[in-house]
Amino acid sequence: MKVIPIATAATVFSSSCNDESGEVPKLDLPLTRRSLLGGSGVLIGTLVAGSPLALLAPSTVWAVELKTLSKTEGATLLQMGRVLFPHKKLPDAVYALLAKDLDADAAKSADSAKMMRDGIASLNKAAGGDFLKAKPAQRAAAVKSLEGQPFFAAVRGKAITSLYDNDMAYKVFGYPGSAWEKGGYITRGFQDLKWLPSPTLEASPKPYFG
Amino acid sequence: MAKFDNNDDAVVVVIGSGAGGGTLSNELCQKGIKVVCLEAGAQQSNASFINDEWKSFVQLAWLDKRTTSGTFRLAKDFAGLPAWICKTVGGTTTHWAGASLRLEDHEFKARTVYGAIDGANLLDWPVTLQELEPYYAKAEDKMGVTRTNGIPGLPGNNNFKVMYAGAKKLGYKDCHTGNMAINSVPRHDRGRCMQLGFCFQGCKSGAKWSTLYTEIPKAEATGNFELRPQSHVTKIEHNDAGKVSGVVYMDKDGKEQRQKARAVCVAGNSIETPRLLLLSASAKYPDGLANSSGQVGRNYMRHMTGSVYAAFKQPVNMYRGTTMAGIIRDEARHDTKRGFAGGYEMETLSLGVPFMAAFLDPGAWGPEFAWWMDNYTNLAGMWLVGEDMPRESNRVTLNKDAKDQYGLPAPNVHFDDHPNDIAMRNHAFAQGEKVYQAAGAIKTFRTPPYPSTHNLGTCRMSAQAKDGVVNKWGQSHDIANLFVSDGSQFTSGGAENPTLTIVTLAIRQADYIAQQMTSKAI
Repeated sequence: MKVIPIATAATVFSSSCNDESGEVPKLDLPLTRRSLLGGSGVLIGTLVAGSPLALLAPSTVWAVELKTLSKTEGATLLQMGRVLFPHKKLPDAVYALLAKDLDADAAKSADSAKMMRDGIASLNKAAGGDFLKAKPAQRAAAVKSLEGQPFFAAVRGKAITSLYDNDMAYKVFGYPGSAWEKGGYITRGFQDLKWLPSPTLEASPKPYFG
Repeated sequence: MAKFDNNDDAVVVVIGSGAGGGTLSNELCQKGIKVVCLEAGAQQSNASFINDEWKSFVQLAWLDKRTTSGTFRLAKDFAGLPAWICKTVGGTTTHWAGASLRLEDHEFKARTVYGAIDGANLLDWPVTLQELEPYYAKAEDKMGVTRTNGIPGLPGNNNFKVMYAGAKKLGYKDCHTGNMAINSVPRHDRGRCMQLGFCFQGCKSGAKWSTLYTEIPKAEATGNFELRPQSHVTKIEHNDAGKVSGVVYMDKDGKEQRQKARAVCVAGNSIETPRLLLLSASAKYPDGLANSSGQVGRNYMRHMTGSVYAAFKQPVNMYRGTTMAGIIRDEARHDTKRGFAGGYEMETLSLGVPFMAAFLDPGAWGPEFAWWMDNYTNLAGMWLVGEDMPRESNRVTLNKDAKDQYGLPAPNVHFDDHPNDIAMRNHAFAQGEKVYQAAGAIKTFRTPPYPSTHNLGTCRMSAQAKDGVVNKWGQSHDIANLFVSDGSQFTSGGAENPTLTIVTLAIRQADYIAQQMTSKAI
C-alpha cells in the first residue's frame, strides 16, 4: 500500500480545485513556488473538509508534482482514470496518483513518454479535440475507442495499482489492510455477521481462548 | 546448522525447501542422512512477512522470467506469470492456504475409473490410497491438520457463514471449516490462529504449517542439515556410468558453485523441476535427464479452478479471518451425470482490495467493474478447485527465445483447457452462484482462474518406464539416484489441494531413500 504523498498547505492555495466536479483549474502558483517544486506540472486539488479521507492527509489541499508530462497531460490522464474506473467516492487525489505513476514511467523512458503523449493526442482527437472539455459521454466513447491499444493497456494496468493500493482507497472501500499489529480479527469481528443463521458447532467450533 | 564441503559426495542434495523438499530434508536428517538443501530464494521469517498483498507478493513470489502459450485465459491476462508460487525458504508453504485433504481412492485409478477420455493422457497411479494411508496419517500429525488427531476444526469466519447458509439451503450436506494445517488450538510450539486474514502473505503468527519454521529448524537441530538459501541450481551433472554426481548452482553473489552428491532430489515445483531436468541435457542424455519416455514436462496440470464472488445487501467483510477455512465437499465425487469426469471442491477465499482489483476480472474496466469494488465490504467469495485432465500437449518446455537472469532458457508453460475442464468449471460456477443466491446474493460474478498455485504432473509417476518419469517412490526410471520429490510426481491431479499429498509422498520417499542407501542400491 502507498501512503498518499500529499503536500502541506504551505505549498498550495485553497482556491485551486473543486473535487466535486473533478475539474482541475489553472494553477495560480507564484514562480518561486514553481521553481521550488521544479517539475513540469503540478496537479492540485482539495479534499472535502471533514471527510474521513481528510483525516489521512496533513491538509485538505493536495498537490502532485509531475516530472515529464505537462499539467494538461496529467489532468487528461487523471480524467481518463475516472472514465476507466468511475468511483464517485474516490477523490481526485487518488486519480492524481495514476497521473503521477504514469509520469514516473514517462520520466524513465523516452518510448514510454512518447506513447503517453501520442495516446493523449489520440484521446483528444477521439473526444472531438479536447478530452478535458468533452462531455462525459464523449469522454467515455473516446476511452472506449482506444481499447486494445498499448497506451490504453498501460493506463488501465497502471490504474489497478495506482488507484486500488493506497490508504485513501482502502478507506473508501472499507478495507483496513494490515491486521497483524492489531492482533488480527480473533477478537475483532471475524465472525460478527448477524444477518444469517450461525453454523452448527460441529461445522464451526468455537474459537479457542485458553 | 552443519556445514558440508562442496566435494563431499556422501550428501544427498535436495533442490527446493517447500512442501516436498523441506519435508524430505527433515525426514532424511532424522534418519541420520546428511542433506544439503539448495533453495533459490532468500530466507524470511514470521517477523519479516508483510500484511500487504503487493509488497508480500514481491517478497515471496517466483518472478523469474517465464512465458506462456496456449488457449487458456491466463496466457492473455498474465502472460509472464503462469503460476503464483514462491521463491523463498519454505517455498510455496509460505503462501499456501492450509487446506489439507487426502486424495480419494478412485482418484488414484483415474484411467480405470474414468475410462479413456479423448485428448486426455490419463493413467492410474502406481500406488494406491491404501498404501499411502499410514503416510497420510503421519503427514496430518506433522502438519497438525484440523479434524484429524483430535484437533478441533477452526472457527468459521463471516465468509464461511455465508457459504454455510447457502450450502444448507441448497441441500449440500458436507460443509464445514475444513481440514486445515492451521492450528485451531496451540500445538507443537506454535500458537493458534489469530484470524489475521493474510494466509497467502506468509503467516505472521506461525499458526499455519510451513516448512520454514517446522521441518527446516527440526532438520537443522539434527546436525545433519545444511540449508543454502539464494542458491539457484542450473544443472544436475552425471558421471560416466550415467548416475547423477552433483549439481551446479549460482550462489547469492551470482558465483557458480558445484556440490557433489550421492543422490539428488528435485523439488522445485512443477515448472522448475522439469525445466531443470531439461536444462541438464548432456551427450549421454540429449533430451534431458530422466527423459527416455519423453514425458518430462508433459501432462502439466494446474487444477480446474475459478472463483465466484457474490454481493449482498449487508456487510460480510470476508477479508477477516482464515482465508480458506470453509469447504463444501458434495461435488468432489466422480459422477458423470454432471457431464464430466472427476470432481471439485468449493472453498472459501477472499482477496484484499489491491488483489481484488487485479484478479476479479483481469483486463476489465468501466462502471460494472467499479460497482464490484464499491461493494467490497458486502462481498463473499469462494474458490473452485477440481481435477483437470492430463494432456501430453500441456507442457513445460525450454523457451530458447527468452532467457532468465543467468542467460538460461526460460520455461514456457503451454496449456489448453480440456473439454472436461471446461464442463467442470461451468458446472462449478453455476453451483457456486446457486450457493450464494440461496444465501440472498443480489449479484454474482464468475472470476477466471488466478495464476496457478497448484502445478502438477510434469514428471509423473508410472508403473511402466515408457509412460512416465518416476516410479512409485519418486525415483526416476532412468537414473537410480535421481528423485523427484514434489507435485511433479502426480500421475493425475485429483480434486484436492495437493500439499498434504506432496508431504505424504515426501515422508514415504525418505523411507525408501534410506533403505536404498543402506542396501547400497544407490
